Amino acid sequence: MDIPEDLQYTEEHEWVLTEDNTAAIGITDFAQGELGDVVFIEMPQVGDLVQQMEPFGTIEAVKTVADLFAPVSGEVVELNTLLEDSPNLINEDPYGEGWIIKIKFSDAAELENLLSADDYKNLVQ
Amino acid sequence: MAKKTVLYDEHVNLGAKIVEFAGYLMPIQYAGIMQEHRRVRTTVGIFDVSHMGEFLFSGSGAEDFLQKMTVNNVKKLTVGQVQYSVLCYDDGGIVDDLLLYRYDDHFMMVVNASNLQKDWDWLAEHKPAGVNMKNISDATTLLAVQGPKSRELLQKLTDTDLSVIKFYHFTHGAVNGAQMTISRTGYTGELGFELYMDNQYGVKLWQTILSTGKGYEIEPVGLGARDTLRLEMKYCLYGNDIDQTTNPLEAGLGWITKLKKGDFIGRDVLLKVKEEELKRKLIGFQMNSRAFPRHEYPIFKNGREIGMVTSGTFSPMLNAGIGIGYVETRFADVGATFGVKIRKNLETATVVETPFYKPDN
Repeated sequence: MDIPEDLQYTEEHEWVLTEDNTAAIGITDFAQGELGDVVFIEMPQVGDLVQQMEPFGTIEAVKTVADLFAPVSGEVVELNTLLEDSPNLINEDPYGEGWIIKIKFSDAAELENLLSADDYKNLVQ
Repeated sequence: MAKKTVLYDEHVNLGAKIVEFAGYLMPIQYAGIMQEHRRVRTTVGIFDVSHMGEFLFSGSGAEDFLQKMTVNNVKKLTVGQVQYSVLCYDDGGIVDDLLLYRYDDHFMMVVNASNLQKDWDWLAEHKPAGVNMKNISDATTLLAVQGPKSRELLQKLTDTDLSVIKFYHFTHGAVNGAQMTISRTGYTGELGFELYMDNQYGVKLWQTILSTGKGYEIEPVGLGARDTLRLEMKYCLYGNDIDQTTNPLEAGLGWITKLKKGDFIGRDVLLKVKEEELKRKLIGFQMNSRAFPRHEYPIFKNGREIGMVTSGTFSPMLNAGIGIGYVETRFADVGATFGVKIRKNLETATVVETPFYKPDN
């Protein structure tokens, strides 16, 4: 199972890649493996405001459904529109092409609540 | 402590994701549900379903006993034939659904693993003298080989002519040198066979079928795809679509419920149910948008709850959300529309003809 060192994580299995004040968000390799084939992502709209650790969308796999939680508070600034036609990108490349949304975060201090790669490794092993 | 089938190590070595189901550690998926599902619809897949229960019935009173316990007409079941049926309680609720096999001198009943003990107790409680019951579940391996290429593949491993075995019939024969029951049945809607054998032959046959099937791109298939395959056919799953609170008539199982065959457990209530109009019916529906129904989501019409989803999934063949559920009879006609409550939203669905997907076999 792949857990990149340069990302931060949530206990709900999202990953976060920050650049300046923007956070790219997806779900982890562990999470996509547990869900199985992803068939649909219900996303917020650009401009929506999300709260840290509140649900911002849902992810539908063939057999199950799971909530997506916002790792940081802020404004949704970009959606991965490729997922509309190819939701399986989440299974094939969870840390790359399978990213889900980007959030312009309002409070950098919130990043301290996230897990490091080591913390996340301990959580799922 | 969960039980393992004799194929447990094979599943682990094939990279299966293992879950506990009905007290067994079973493979839920190998390569992925979508791929396994399409494999069965296009060429052939193999399933380990050894968790299923098998009971044998013998003795002079066996036929009459099974006629009283099950809703289908056992007297119409000929040697070499298989019958789908259910056991009912006195109130018409369903104990379990099952397959009944008639051999020369005995019957075999195949039941759901999750209901095995309950079924055994229910049957044993009603068993008269002159009937012998034997539970061979723990000694029996059951492999399902399903898909358009299943017969061509299995024919390479047996001298028994498989082309003469009709749907819902079986024979006894040697496959890969081991004696077993070869049954033309399955839970996928595709051409397929189910093989019942002593545990000692299980691993060898599993490996042989997988290696012989390479030319057909055979893949092992887990319980996940087994569920999506049966759902596309609207086959009932006990615990989801049928249970002790549902009767076979409202579940769309009138075709196996032979009310004129004479007395059987549940008949009096079912006769009454048939006289009055059914209050609700189990229907198949397709979502009109990209939304996916799941077990126990409520169904609404004109602001009122009129039913409930009992099984739902993404259909790999239709590329859409499909479901099975009970709705009030007046909303049950093909073409009727209603809303399925999915989280905060009501998503529109339409009642459709079933099976949802029609294999050409």
